[in-house]
Amino acid sequence: MSTIAMPAPDQSILDRKPQVVAALRAALPADLVISDPAETHAYECDALTAYRCPPLAVVLPRTTAEVAAVMKVCHDLGIPVVPRGAGTSLAGGALPTADSVIISTLRLRGYLQIDTDNRFIRVQTGVTNLSVSAELDPHGFFYAPDPSSQLACTIAGNIAMNSGGAHCLKYGVTTNNLLGATVVLTTGEVIEIGGPELAPEGLDLLGLICGSEGQLGIVTEAVLRILPKPEGARPVLIGYDSAETAGECVARIIRSGVLPVAIEYMDDVVLRAVEDFVHAGYPTCTAVLIVEVEGSPDEIDHQIALIRTIADTLNPVEFREARNADQAMAIWKGRKSAFGAMGRINDYMCLDGTVPVSKLPFTLRRIGELSREHGLQVGNVFHAGDGNMHPLILFDANKPGDLERAEAFGADILRLCVEVGGCLTGEHGVGVEKRDLMNVQYTDADLSIQMAVKDVFDPDWLLNPAKVFPLEASAAHRQEAH
Amino acid sequence: MSQETTFSPTTEQELAQILTDAHARRTPLGIVGGGTRVQGRASDWQPLSTAHLSGVVAYEPGEMTLIVRPGTPLAEVQDLLAAENQSLAFEPADMRGVLGGNGTPTIGGMVATNASGPRRLRVGACRDHLLGVRFVDGQGRILKNGGRVMKNVTGLDLGKVLCGAHGTLGVLTEVALKTLPVAHATETLALPGQTIAQAIAVFATALATPYDLAGAAWRDGITYLRIEGLEPQVPYRRERLRTLLRAHEITELDDATSHGLWRELRDLDHFARQTAPLWRLMVQPTDAPAICAALSALGGTVSLDWGGGLIWYCGPGDADTVRATLPRGHATLIRRGDASGPAFTPPPPVTARLSEHLRRAFDPARILNPGLMEA
Repeated sequence: MSTIAMPAPDQSILDRKPQVVAALRAALPADLVISDPAETHAYECDALTAYRCPPLAVVLPRTTAEVAAVMKVCHDLGIPVVPRGAGTSLAGGALPTADSVIISTLRLRGYLQIDTDNRFIRVQTGVTNLSVSAELDPHGFFYAPDPSSQLACTIAGNIAMNSGGAHCLKYGVTTNNLLGATVVLTTGEVIEIGGPELAPEGLDLLGLICGSEGQLGIVTEAVLRILPKPEGARPVLIGYDSAETAGECVARIIRSGVLPVAIEYMDDVVLRAVEDFVHAGYPTCTAVLIVEVEGSPDEIDHQIALIRTIADTLNPVEFREARNADQAMAIWKGRKSAFGAMGRINDYMCLDGTVPVSKLPFTLRRIGELSREHGLQVGNVFHAGDGNMHPLILFDANKPGDLERAEAFGADILRLCVEVGGCLTGEHGVGVEKRDLMNVQYTDADLSIQMAVKDVFDPDWLLNPAKVFPLEASAAHRQEAH
Repeated sequence: MSQETTFSPTTEQELAQILTDAHARRTPLGIVGGGTRVQGRASDWQPLSTAHLSGVVAYEPGEMTLIVRPGTPLAEVQDLLAAENQSLAFEPADMRGVLGGNGTPTIGGMVATNASGPRRLRVGACRDHLLGVRFVDGQGRILKNGGRVMKNVTGLDLGKVLCGAHGTLGVLTEVALKTLPVAHATETLALPGQTIAQAIAVFATALATPYDLAGAAWRDGITYLRIEGLEPQVPYRRERLRTLLRAHEITELDDATSHGLWRELRDLDHFARQTAPLWRLMVQPTDAPAICAALSALGGTVSLDWGGGLIWYCGPGDADTVRATLPRGHATLIRRGDASGPAFTPPPPVTARLSEHLRRAFDPARILNPGLMEA
């Protein structure tokens, strides 16, 4: 049913399954190796559920040394490895192949060191994003990147995909908040890069590892920058009758020098879905912005007044200010339930392209036109402050051909994002989902230098196979490797 | 090719041709922007100037993005941004005073050295503001990576590794940078009569507050805390910090004085016009007092930036002695003087192997500033 091809599994590896499992069991306690198909089945997909394939085996190491031991086993036997955090990737970043071993970070659950004087936390990477901030809470600190899956997603996955979130307008994404990493290489060798220090020495390998989608190694421990918790935060809701005006408002706020922590956008399709679902009481209009600012009560009042001045010059349908925690929650309620609300209407595919902020109105208009051409409905809810769009394409997974139509529509939207000066993915990653679109953004030469970097870290091309690079482009590199 | 020739391409295509030829002939090239930041060029390198690869390609203040060619003078960019009340928030230093250069600092040199000043503490380094690059690799291939938008995780992030690679991986032809609005107001708290240990304690207290401190430095016994924000924010934050630090003597420096002071701290005026070796040590702040004591025992003087995470040390001592003061972290020799030993901390074996292979992936004949980061 799906349109993205995965390479045929290596039959000789499938035939050797007992030997591989025995070698893994020799390297790890037996209960940390899963090979029964009834159990490996649970690992057949991530959040890109249209693509499924159970792996050969799954291992659940608890330490860097155990990860290194299984990496060495797989390397020595020539078995592909698929690293997996919580399996929340929307891009198929953790999709297995039948001949691969999944190395899960599930049991890497340690909070190793909190150092508020030096302003970092050291964790094993299987801990969830939200739990890091929970650990820091009693100390008055937090960890800034906040992907919407933060309740479930792991730091390992965040590092692999360089995850963002609603608040990265002010605080940056994972790469801006990652200070150091313990990395297990495909050979089983372990390197430490960076640390509590604020700058690397030599080549910035950490910057290369972060966002490399498991192509270069597995990060088992991380040193994360921590920040003092803000005194408070409050959102405002601004409604406009046109996407252009809402886009203009975003640009003017950004230019003003007020630095909101988040600027979120919802279009009319999403607004209606949200209203039907949670009755958030949003105004009936074309576009709603939620702008959140932080600080003391007086600082917040001042920033909101500045935003109001800017918003008012553009004649909003409504400007709603949260005056207390309940009102703040009411404003966020609809945004936070937006994906769920869309999911009630139909299945949806969530895209992730980024465009220059000035191109938001044009891009939204073109997405509307494409929606009519493809005959599929689309809703837009996204991080407007940095132009990171999340069009949600509605389709019916049970209707033959609908997934393919949705994928074709999605590909058109992503091509559009690149055409207007943006990119294929702002925070979800390439995975398998956007693998075959990489040529839209990059030339063969651009991709070839990226693959040369992969050759350096993973000369046998065993790590997270068939992701990120179009199969045709990577064929020669993979051939060379085997 | 004669020693006197300086390559000075005016287009990306010309640059690509020069590098294709140099690759074929294995001609080592010394890449020069304004020649103000890096020491340690070898005499047999053919100079390659980026001076004529210059100009602003695009500046969109409403998007906070700037696309610029590497030979563009940094000052020109700073003026352009200032006219729109924006800046390169990571505050790159002008190293001419320290290194004795009389060239013109360029954007290319800034990116190639990941040059980041006092505000790095809050907003991140140059590499964190680099959105995308175009460059020519050591085989003469014209390549790009990243783009011009704030959020982009499409493929491997090569910009990060080019930033700070000192031109050893490729010659930049275009960089996209994030710009930020200039703070509406600035003040500085100065705490005189402080030891390094006291300064570190003050930093730990002040940087545990939500007041977004945009600078935390120490020089000549005075601890400095820079407060930035919207007009009403600054006095509020100042008073809160004064209350928190009431056990200390505190004086306030106004906006104009603050700007002058942080420019001095950024450009290391206190170590300018000297010849003694100058080191940049990256440390855990709480290790700084012991490290500084060990450095002072060698002779020379220290100052602190980045909340104590950065120690500047100007004084005698060869590479081994200086690095021996570090329980962890690393030390880079910025001004060689008469110091012996490698300028960059040699990486452990596996990392060294990866770095070497990476360099060969970008520059198979090793013609780009060869060995600059290993000497």
